[in-house]
Amino acid sequence: MDLLTLLQLLDSTLRLATPLLLACLAGLFSERAGIFDIGLEGKMLAAAFLSAAIAAVTGSVWLGLLAGIFASLLLSAIHGLASITFRGNQLISGVAINFLAAGLTVVIAQSWFAEGGRTPQLAGAARFNPITLPGAEALRDVPVLGPIYYELISGHTIIVYLALLIVPITAWVLFSTRFGLRLRAVGENPAAVDTAGISVVGLRFAAVAICGVLCGIAGAYLATALQAGFTKDMSAGRGYIALAALIFAKWRPVYCLWACLLFGFLQAIALRSDLIERVLQFNIQSQLLDALPYILTVVILAGFVGKAIPPRAGGEPYVKER
Amino acid sequence: MDVMPKWAEVILVPLISLLLAAVLSALVILAIGENPWDALKLMVDGALGSTYGWGYTLYYATNFIFTGLAVAIAFHARMFNIGGEGQAVLGGLGVALVCLYIPFPHWSLALITASVGAALFGAAWAFIPAILQAKRGSHIVITTIMFNFIAAALLNYLLVGALKPAGSMEPATGKFPETTHLPSFQDMFSFGEATLFRGAPANISFFVAIAACIALWALIWRTRLGYEIRAYGHSESAAKYAGISPTKIIVVSLLISGGLAGMMAINNVQGEAERLVLNAVEGAGFIGIAVALMGRSHPLGVFLAAILFGFLYQGGAELALWTSIPRELIVVIQALVILFTGALDNMVRMPLERFFLSRRKPPKPDAKSTPAVGTN
Repeated sequence: MDLLTLLQLLDSTLRLATPLLLACLAGLFSERAGIFDIGLEGKMLAAAFLSAAIAAVTGSVWLGLLAGIFASLLLSAIHGLASITFRGNQLISGVAINFLAAGLTVVIAQSWFAEGGRTPQLAGAARFNPITLPGAEALRDVPVLGPIYYELISGHTIIVYLALLIVPITAWVLFSTRFGLRLRAVGENPAAVDTAGISVVGLRFAAVAICGVLCGIAGAYLATALQAGFTKDMSAGRGYIALAALIFAKWRPVYCLWACLLFGFLQAIALRSDLIERVLQFNIQSQLLDALPYILTVVILAGFVGKAIPPRAGGEPYVKER
Repeated sequence: MDVMPKWAEVILVPLISLLLAAVLSALVILAIGENPWDALKLMVDGALGSTYGWGYTLYYATNFIFTGLAVAIAFHARMFNIGGEGQAVLGGLGVALVCLYIPFPHWSLALITASVGAALFGAAWAFIPAILQAKRGSHIVITTIMFNFIAAALLNYLLVGALKPAGSMEPATGKFPETTHLPSFQDMFSFGEATLFRGAPANISFFVAIAACIALWALIWRTRLGYEIRAYGHSESAAKYAGISPTKIIVVSLLISGGLAGMMAINNVQGEAERLVLNAVEGAGFIGIAVALMGRSHPLGVFLAAILFGFLYQGGAELALWTSIPRELIVVIQALVILFTGALDNMVRMPLERFFLSRRKPPKPDAKSTPAVGTN
């Protein structure tokens, strides 16, 4: 395998890891505040649909992005209502949200565009287009570093850079601000936060809302950057892989980045079965490669990465008085 | 303390939840420019208006009884088995192997052996997540979701490779031999001139599903194991204190759960398709979640909820056929049912509890005991 092929592989790793990373950080905020969210998948899907639909209608990808965030926030509100206000089962609420998104996106897409449950193809300003970083063309011929800069670092959509930027921001918010301290506290010991006179409900809703915004960006990225339009079930289990990455990362922002890059890399090599054949000298059926991220997740969950301890109050509704 | 009378708990709460889900579904239909009342009439007509419609409704219901029971038994142990889909896929594999490679003299033997094969394969697929939950604390929800994806990939791999008959282009096994074909309702209930259930896929496995309901009821409420499962579900620490092994309960309840989900395959693989195809399960594993929630994890409730979802499924297919409403509307209804009967349960329950509390007779003033009203 030469340098260029490797760079192409890493380049698509970065592109495929971006939605995982955004969803993973979304889950991080939610779960750190004690709200389990297996509805990441549904929120991404809803955001993917509405962003593609609005981008197709208005021709502006930025309006699409806003619409995607709105769709995701709406589902977040349902999740918050069910799991915070009415103290319902957070896992069941997440499952319901996933199905709601899977069904509604197709039903609405069919009645809106009548193209068999998809949106029209997006092009031009209705999509996020790759950005060539300054100097990439000029430095292209510099040995080793030039191709790395040109192929790998430059030439992504703005969401990719945004996602990478959100990692240190998340780390800073969670570990260096008062809001972050309270957010983490509410996921570990909500009673203590309540005693200090801070609203548990408010903090948890804030966390769920941040989760909604990040999932919205992730979904919009799927439909308007990674692909050109919405197709049925296009999130394809990414929300679940993001959850797995979150556990793998032990609920820490920077680890999330590495975990998502790893899963992105697995998805990238699954797309390049010709490469595997060339490197390993034998053919692996693509179905097995598709299953690889999931198998790896189970192996990781089985405890080969040491103990992953979730936030203590995760999944439990907070009851103020007994 | 029970605030509500039993009948309200068992009937009123699910009914109001269902009504809320129905109203929202009607709004969705209205929003996409169709008439909800016409849609309902079409659904009732298509699903219940003929023995043909009933034949489909009960066929779907059979699938949902199995997957609903699977989720229900796990709920009793306070486990959330979201992997019914994958376990049903593996059950299909078990059925296919039994039917393709064992020569049977009669369908009854084939049915028994295939049931065992389906249950074993389904249970095996639930075993790894169960043991990981019990021994390593890996969250059952995440691992069973992963196993759904792995099952789909595994089946895909086998159907384009080892199990595909030579010369065939389609990713499916060959047709099962004649002696493994199960009697359909048409074979069973047509006498003389009258042909009932013509061409509908409902078959004898519907009665196997009813037997499974009764067996599960007996297991949960009439055996020691059932008691242990319920005790563990109510309080892990109390169960541990009473000498009940959490590992055993988690593993055993999930094995039963996986086995039941797998047994769905005798209906859809052996009874209907008579060969194993890709995506034979069609989301029935997930509908089991809605069915178990609506049926309050009780076998009778699961049975009734499964019939309701069978009706929705068949009615939804009719809608897709005659109107512009796509089949995915059923997924929306399913989501709303899960939302209202599962996650938003308290939204319905809290006002009802307040209502029943306010209607309580105040305790007699001369009563020595402290009044129990309003404390819980």
